[in-house]
Amino acid sequence: MRRLEFTLSLPGRPPLTWGDAVVLAAIGAALWLAARLAFHAPAVVRGPEISLAASALPWYAALSFLRMLAAYGLSLLFAVSYGLYAAHNRRAERVLLPLLDVLQSVPILSFLPVVLLSFTVILPAGVAVELASIVLIFTSQAWHLAFSTYQSARTVPRELMEAAAVFRFGGWFRFKYVELPFAALGLIWNSIMSWAGGWFFLMAAEMFTVGSRDFRLPGLGSYLQTAAHQGDTHALALGVVTLIGLIVALDQLVWRPLLAWAERFKVETVEGANSVSSWLRDLLARSLLVERFITQVWQPLMERLDRRWQDPAATVHFGETPARPSVTQRVLWGAVAVALVWGLLRLFDMLSALPPAAWVDIGRGLLATFLRVMAALLLAAAWTLPVGVAIGTRPRLAALLQPVAQVAASVPATALFPLVLLFFLRLPGGLDVSAVLLMMLGSQWYLLFNVIAGASAIPRDLHDTAALLGLTGWARWRTLYLPALFPYTVTGAITAVGGAWNASIVAEYVEFAGDTHATEGIGAVIARATEQGDFPLLAAATLVMVLTVVLTNRLFWLRLYRLAEARYRLE
Amino acid sequence: MAADALVHLEHVGKTFGHFHALRDINLTIESGELVCLVGPSGCGKSTLLRIIAGLTPASHGVVRYRGSRLHGVNPHTAIVFQTFALFPWLTVLENVEVALKARGVEKARRTTRAQELVDLVGLSGFESAYPRELSGGMRQKVGFARALAVEPELLCLDEPFSALDVLSAESLRGELLELWLARAMPTRAILMVTHNIEEAVELADRIVVMAKDPGRVLGEIHVGLRHPRARKDVAFQALVDRVYAAVTGRTGSEAEVQGGAPGTGAVLRRLPDVRLIALGGLTEKIAAENGRADLPRLAQAIGADYTALAPLVEAAERLGLARLEAGDIILTPLGQEYAEASIPVRKEIIAGRLLRVPLIRWIYETLQQDDNQRVDRDYFVERLTPEFGAEAEHQLDIAVDWGRFADLFAYDHDSHELYLESD
Repeated sequence: MRRLEFTLSLPGRPPLTWGDAVVLAAIGAALWLAARLAFHAPAVVRGPEISLAASALPWYAALSFLRMLAAYGLSLLFAVSYGLYAAHNRRAERVLLPLLDVLQSVPILSFLPVVLLSFTVILPAGVAVELASIVLIFTSQAWHLAFSTYQSARTVPRELMEAAAVFRFGGWFRFKYVELPFAALGLIWNSIMSWAGGWFFLMAAEMFTVGSRDFRLPGLGSYLQTAAHQGDTHALALGVVTLIGLIVALDQLVWRPLLAWAERFKVETVEGANSVSSWLRDLLARSLLVERFITQVWQPLMERLDRRWQDPAATVHFGETPARPSVTQRVLWGAVAVALVWGLLRLFDMLSALPPAAWVDIGRGLLATFLRVMAALLLAAAWTLPVGVAIGTRPRLAALLQPVAQVAASVPATALFPLVLLFFLRLPGGLDVSAVLLMMLGSQWYLLFNVIAGASAIPRDLHDTAALLGLTGWARWRTLYLPALFPYTVTGAITAVGGAWNASIVAEYVEFAGDTHATEGIGAVIARATEQGDFPLLAAATLVMVLTVVLTNRLFWLRLYRLAEARYRLE
Repeated sequence: MAADALVHLEHVGKTFGHFHALRDINLTIESGELVCLVGPSGCGKSTLLRIIAGLTPASHGVVRYRGSRLHGVNPHTAIVFQTFALFPWLTVLENVEVALKARGVEKARRTTRAQELVDLVGLSGFESAYPRELSGGMRQKVGFARALAVEPELLCLDEPFSALDVLSAESLRGELLELWLARAMPTRAILMVTHNIEEAVELADRIVVMAKDPGRVLGEIHVGLRHPRARKDVAFQALVDRVYAAVTGRTGSEAEVQGGAPGTGAVLRRLPDVRLIALGGLTEKIAAENGRADLPRLAQAIGADYTALAPLVEAAERLGLARLEAGDIILTPLGQEYAEASIPVRKEIIAGRLLRVPLIRWIYETLQQDDNQRVDRDYFVERLTPEFGAEAEHQLDIAVDWGRFADLFAYDHDSHELYLESD
């Protein structure tokens, strides 16, 4: 114990450090900002009209940020409970995992009418729209966080779980000391991805039309969208810059420090070479105030929680024999099943009322979007493969570019899209080209990061052998890079394709400078159906798209992935 | 039942599907004893330890602790794991402390106690280090400190020294023994699983010898030697030989050695996970010792411990190249021939003998009966699963490897098919 305490009274240590100064300044600035935002908000910010004045931007940014934060908190809560429940309960797992797979491929606009309608029934309109927007953002964040939690929980080494059981960890301790730390790194990386996903759909989530009603919430997303509608490039540029500033600030002030701190949760038991560094984390680590907070507030609080929730008498069973579901559980599952059947019947009713012409529309749209998705994937592969290999095989370059690429990946393509459109709409077939471009912009990063990881995993020996054999150019690609990168490319492509399908709803149907531009595609069908309040069409198109995505995943991508794992995995 | 019995197992069995991991185990552990479980890998000794600790329920029979039936995790035990099972995100001190915290010990007391234990195992100075900063031996010291922290009546050790280098293992063994003999810990009995026979003879009061297929107890050997026990001592060596003889057994009849064929209902014997190419080196080594070698000495000469050697010895036994007797391995005439033969002749010898191994023969005949002499791997896995459970795939992989070695049959990785080599 002596050892732990004397850090507080180390001789010769200054009473306050730079870290403390930063902490104090940050607290002060945050208070000032909060007060200012709360008491001095200009009237225009409260809507309903979106002001394009630069002075409104800080408020819009703050509101959007709070909305994202709320959605993210919700996502995290959902993901951890869903993921752990699926990992603990073998029976539930069989339903929950496929369900997650389906939910992941539902485009976010398709959730909109359901969410909005159910909220407007029980809540006043203003609150309902605000909540609907948060839930929409949630649907672009939650699913892969849940997958990540589930996978971490399932891969906790057996002996670690056994140690937890032998040392009589109750549910709370198992969560706090085993499952949460084990999931932490994956959760943080996926959180960064989730925020990127949230920004991508922010515009769609803050301003939408359902049927005859027009909803808009004050925020950065609606600011950008309004600027695009009015063709105001100046405001558009300002909005984009604000958004990028927000993303960079988040990266520096939240994600990097978190990642640096979470290094301790790396499971590999040897000291790793490449670690994330963060200036803020270093400053905070030296701050006495932070240390005080930890020892005086945080630790006593945790101590009380531990005391209340840890139950040494709880025996933890795991593995072999799943507990029989209790009566209440059976009733609950039964109710869910009945509701499902009823919902299916209603859906069937709704779909059978749809005119044949609509189905033809959907079919043609599906084909068009499918071709676009493939084009986007090929384009993305064409640039990410060479660039990824260039970065991945040069550790120095990787250290330099990786952080930049991570921030770049968080900048939503949707925000830049109107600027791109400005140029493309003048060309014949411009929307077609620009839709592919947006889909590529939205999905290329998954591919790039996987290719970089794959390229940096190629052993030195193979590079040397290739050099000794005199393999250069295409020959080297064919014998070394392409086979070695194959599993990584497939992994990246699976996520990228999912992203591209989802992006089609914002890429194929655009309002710009007062006009609506649409091209043929299932994304356009969904966007139009939402806007016109045509729910049967929306349901049908969504169903077709989800089925297509899930089936191609199962029948094509997963098989390809298994082949890649079996044949081309470098060990 | 003895009055002092801590643990008492009656007819305990464990099955995974059809596969018998343990069958009819009767075992008593008394207060004051240090008991070692030894046996070849796959004999279920770790499973037995987990049943006693209450981590895994027994499928059959009764487990009693201090006379009452055990349900769930045994609250009077702690385990030291082979892989340490430390929490990588907690410091040395926190790793020890968390075990006390989970039992609701309040902060001041638990920190003092954890610090005492860290001092006891000789890690003072490393309290704030994370496990990844420590060597294997130091990590296992944390494992011991954590286990001792909860003052278990029964301390379970699951191969605690096998992941350590030789020197660390030796010093840690010495320290454990010192604590145990001085009664410096409140522990009443120690149960240790090990594959290292010398280690068992050095530490144990009693050695329980187990065999596999199905996992069972063959017998017990009491170690009457006084501490400290010197490995070079004649009595020590004699005991090591005795345990080796008991563990390796005596080669039985052909039917006993080979077991039954798939689908016949007879008990199948698993193929040992070993590459047949190593048989050359083994037979040459024994031939150089005039055809008969002492197993402990052979293991030492090869620079491996018995675990590494056992599967190879079993393969030699299954293929009729050698037989076992009283802890010695003896070359058969065929084995003698094999040691001297050229590579092509060796392959022929193996091919002939492999067809006597029921599993291999069954695969070979199945392929012969097929029109194209090609059969999907899943066909075999499906039929082997009732026999071997989760190990079916692995057993097939070994069979394929053996078949390839002798040019009997081969495997097409892309089409997942086994096929006969047509010549």
